Amino acid sequence: MDSIVIDSLRKSFHEDLPPAVDMRSVITIPKGELFGIIGPDGAGKTTLFRMLATLIRPDSGTASVEGLDIVRDYRKIRTMIGYMPGKFSLYSDLSVRENLEFFASVFGKDIEANYSLIENIYCRLRPFEKRKAGRLSGGMKQKLALCCSLIHSPSVLFLDEPTTGVDPSSRRELWENLGELRTSGMTIVVSTAYMDEAGRCDRVAMMKSGRFLAVDSPADIISGFGARLLAVRSDEMFRLLHDLRSLPFVRKCYTFGDMHHVILNDDADLSAQAGYGSDAAAIASILENRGHSGVVVKDVEASLEDCYMNLEEK
Amino acid sequence: MIEGDKAKDVIEVEHLTKRFGDFTAVDDISFEVHRGEIFGFLGANGAGKTTAMRMLTGLSLPTSGRGTVAGFDITTEPEQIKRHIGYMSQRFALYGDLTVKDNMDLFAGIYGVPRREIGSRIDSLLDRLDLMHEKNSRVRDLPQGWKQKLAFSVSIIHRPEIVFLDEPTGGVDPAARRQFWELIYEAVDEGITVFVTTHYMDEAEYCDRISMMVDGRIEALDSPSALKRAYGASSVAEVFDILARGAARTE
Repeated sequence: MDSIVIDSLRKSFHEDLPPAVDMRSVITIPKGELFGIIGPDGAGKTTLFRMLATLIRPDSGTASVEGLDIVRDYRKIRTMIGYMPGKFSLYSDLSVRENLEFFASVFGKDIEANYSLIENIYCRLRPFEKRKAGRLSGGMKQKLALCCSLIHSPSVLFLDEPTTGVDPSSRRELWENLGELRTSGMTIVVSTAYMDEAGRCDRVAMMKSGRFLAVDSPADIISGFGARLLAVRSDEMFRLLHDLRSLPFVRKCYTFGDMHHVILNDDADLSAQAGYGSDAAAIASILENRGHSGVVVKDVEASLEDCYMNLEEK
Repeated sequence: MIEGDKAKDVIEVEHLTKRFGDFTAVDDISFEVHRGEIFGFLGANGAGKTTAMRMLTGLSLPTSGRGTVAGFDITTEPEQIKRHIGYMSQRFALYGDLTVKDNMDLFAGIYGVPRREIGSRIDSLLDRLDLMHEKNSRVRDLPQGWKQKLAFSVSIIHRPEIVFLDEPTGGVDPAARRQFWELIYEAVDEGITVFVTTHYMDEAEYCDRISMMVDGRIEALDSPSALKRAYGASSVAEVFDILARGAARTE
């Protein structure tokens, strides 16, 4: 069964501006899927979440959540979903425990009944139960917000950038939690600016200008990369970036951790021209001639982040 | 400090400590930040980074220990420090109702840029950011990525010796993050020292040196490559994991 169906959903906030969300096709998300959304600021991710969570109405188009219409059946949908907005939205003046009790009571549930669902997350908050939510650090706020969005045992969970401002260890924990929730059959839709997180989703949508440009499993997105990718390093990384970009056979070059990634033009055939064994050896030689030391050039496999960087260019 | 004879280190602190009641948020840290480097200040949420940064930027006094930032004493000259550094955080708000140019003008004035120089500085900034055509647009109408670049440029409009960037790229997509880091590289090329916190471990790789804070202490400080060697790790992310695992202050 499909948990979410989005059909030509459109939402505009201002006549003079292009619509925030402008989905031109039908997207279905099956029950129990962990569905990721990535895209630049202003792509429409939050607006899409707010429509699916029934907080704002679309201008046109339809969508359903658990078979219910987001406009007509908004009241029923609200009892069945959990929504964690990107902006911290708990009560700062209430304690950790009081926030949790409040959200449980709003849905007419008690904490104990659904405690097993949040146990693995809440156990880290237990020692701080009496602390005011506003005084928690970033990672703990996110954990509490997740608990509050889960305490009524929703069938669908919407998470809008849950890991922004969260350190790498807490991020991993949160994703382990999401993995556990998925095994319970919950549908999870999550947006993120981290490509390693997107890689943990069943399917990922790349969103831009209000639309999904590509929807596929991370593995299929990666296998469709379709360009030649090299990783390059030298002792002067900033100069290297400009030097690589100035080479006629380089289509694109961008920083990538401790290496730069270079996408070659499809017709580049350096090894044949210059008599080197490989493109990598030819580029290393060119860079050394330009005075770079410590040069390393190697072929690498594309990652989801490379796919994203390439998508941006189109 | 004598002009033309600037110290090698822009920050040097010794035994810096901050206690709140019986809680030691920053526990006896000592380190230097060299002129012209990108220094990554890493650590888990709650490790004490924000408290340490507040002391380094003159917003909070240490309980004990000493140090200087941009040549000024953090205990006795915090107001001087505020005037001589740049600061930008993810939450740093430009004035949305003001135009791009007015924001630049305002912050240049606040930071004490000489009146006769403000116009030319604004022009060169607008030019470099390729925002000349948007100079009369209100900031709130700009895309987020531009706002971020603008906020960074405004934070260094008075040409400080050092700029503090507190999670400048939180929640920013991979393409915009890279553009932002190229601005950082450019600023460094012009001699500004950069002190930056981030939760993106690929960005940690762009730093000349990084420190890892755990439970209020600096547990490791070196170049990314030296840290990876020392911990037998293939990435800074792995080094972070190894160190964070030993933390007693859990989140």
